[in-house]
Amino acid sequence: MSKVAIIGGGIIGVATAYELAKLGEEVILFEKNYFGSGSTFRCATGIRAQFTDEANIRLMKYAVERWEKLEEELGFDINFRQTGYLFLATSEEEIEAFKNNIRLQNKFGVPTRLIDMDEAKEIVPILNTEPFLAGAWNPKDGKANPFKTLFAYLFRAKELGVDAREHTEVVGFEHEGDVITAVKFRSNGKVESVKVDAVLNAANAWAPLINEMAGLKRDLVPITAYKHQLVKTEPLERGQAEPLVCPPSWDDAYIIQDGEDGGIICGAGIEHRAKSLDDYEPTYDFLRGVLRYATMIAPPLRYAHIVRQWAGFYAKTPDKNPAIGKLLDNFYIAAGFSGHGFMMAPAVAQAMAELIAKGRSKVPLDWEWYDPYRFGRGELRSSAFQIG
Amino acid sequence: MSGKVIICRCNDVTVEEIEALIDEGVTDIEEIKRLLRIGMGPCQGRTCIPLVMAILARKTGKKPDEIPLPRARVPIRPVRVEVLVGGDDE
Repeated sequence: MSKVAIIGGGIIGVATAYELAKLGEEVILFEKNYFGSGSTFRCATGIRAQFTDEANIRLMKYAVERWEKLEEELGFDINFRQTGYLFLATSEEEIEAFKNNIRLQNKFGVPTRLIDMDEAKEIVPILNTEPFLAGAWNPKDGKANPFKTLFAYLFRAKELGVDAREHTEVVGFEHEGDVITAVKFRSNGKVESVKVDAVLNAANAWAPLINEMAGLKRDLVPITAYKHQLVKTEPLERGQAEPLVCPPSWDDAYIIQDGEDGGIICGAGIEHRAKSLDDYEPTYDFLRGVLRYATMIAPPLRYAHIVRQWAGFYAKTPDKNPAIGKLLDNFYIAAGFSGHGFMMAPAVAQAMAELIAKGRSKVPLDWEWYDPYRFGRGELRSSAFQIG
Repeated sequence: MSGKVIICRCNDVTVEEIEALIDEGVTDIEEIKRLLRIGMGPCQGRTCIPLVMAILARKTGKKPDEIPLPRARVPIRPVRVEVLVGGDDE
């Protein structure tokens, strides 16, 4: 049994702590704020396998299969629902692109199909069909409650002996050559250290700071924090817009009915580079912009009330694919999820735990594709399909 | 239903649910908020947040001023979408 330190108490860090504990490893988990406080608790709940490249499609196909059994495995209501994702085309060229994506997704067992607007209207009763020509529909995509999912993993991790510490900031490492031997952390103003055998950097937007502490260049894995904002309406009657609905050509704007309270969450790719890693201030231009799109997608939303707006980070890499793998002998990274960390978590956490504990994993994760050193080599992947 | 004390009137959260969660070790108000949806309804926490802070202070032995307020969300009161989209540039 070895002792693994995980830095970052978001969904990736917490789920990996659980998976490692399941494999019999001793885990200490550090979160400098409260659990979920980074990107996880600000996410729009969506889970999809509708990507446009093989690596992400295969990873998410596997992740969705884990999601389907997660509630039972964790023994906690996480509100996972396969309500689908519906992408909408506004031009013939886009329909062709949809068809190519669908072929690739079908090849790996993701059952996406092209549908007409009559069927789309049945699926989303408040949809304005007039601007759209066709839809790419995968009924197996879905959503879950990020708050409950994180705590479901956390409660089970603690039961398995994980030492989970929040409001505890990692401030440095002790090394012997390239090997990290201990983690230094500050808790209640006091700095302490703990001996470890391996370290996982799961700090997402904050990951470059942790890499620097490990003696690596801060931009070895270049991750930039972009504000991704969301706006939510009051609860509406169930079934109005259960799938995530997105016309990609409209600034990747989307709507999705919250599985928990029925409010409509509205997002769009109107992004601002965060001024700092504390800059969570929502902006008025986003509020106006996103609602203009949302009411074009679903006109009845004009008569709903907005109850809240918030911002989180898309921790973006240059190709919008995360960095997952080994950086040094006993230092690993799973960060830079570019808005896909929540949906990928069940697969990535298992893969990362198996890599750390056994040196290999049965999860269909293409390690070469997500290689954290690819940026340094100037070897970018095709951009992961990101919405919002 | 006698003995049921509602703390959050928007989302029907009871004092028992809040106390049970604190007993499970969830003592950060931002986490309690998200797990029970207190402060996430139309009143934006005006009724429930001070009550939750009092329960938290009593159960953890902290002074109320040692417990940070959860982050406030705009808009302060619900605003109809058409007010925001039907602006001067349309």
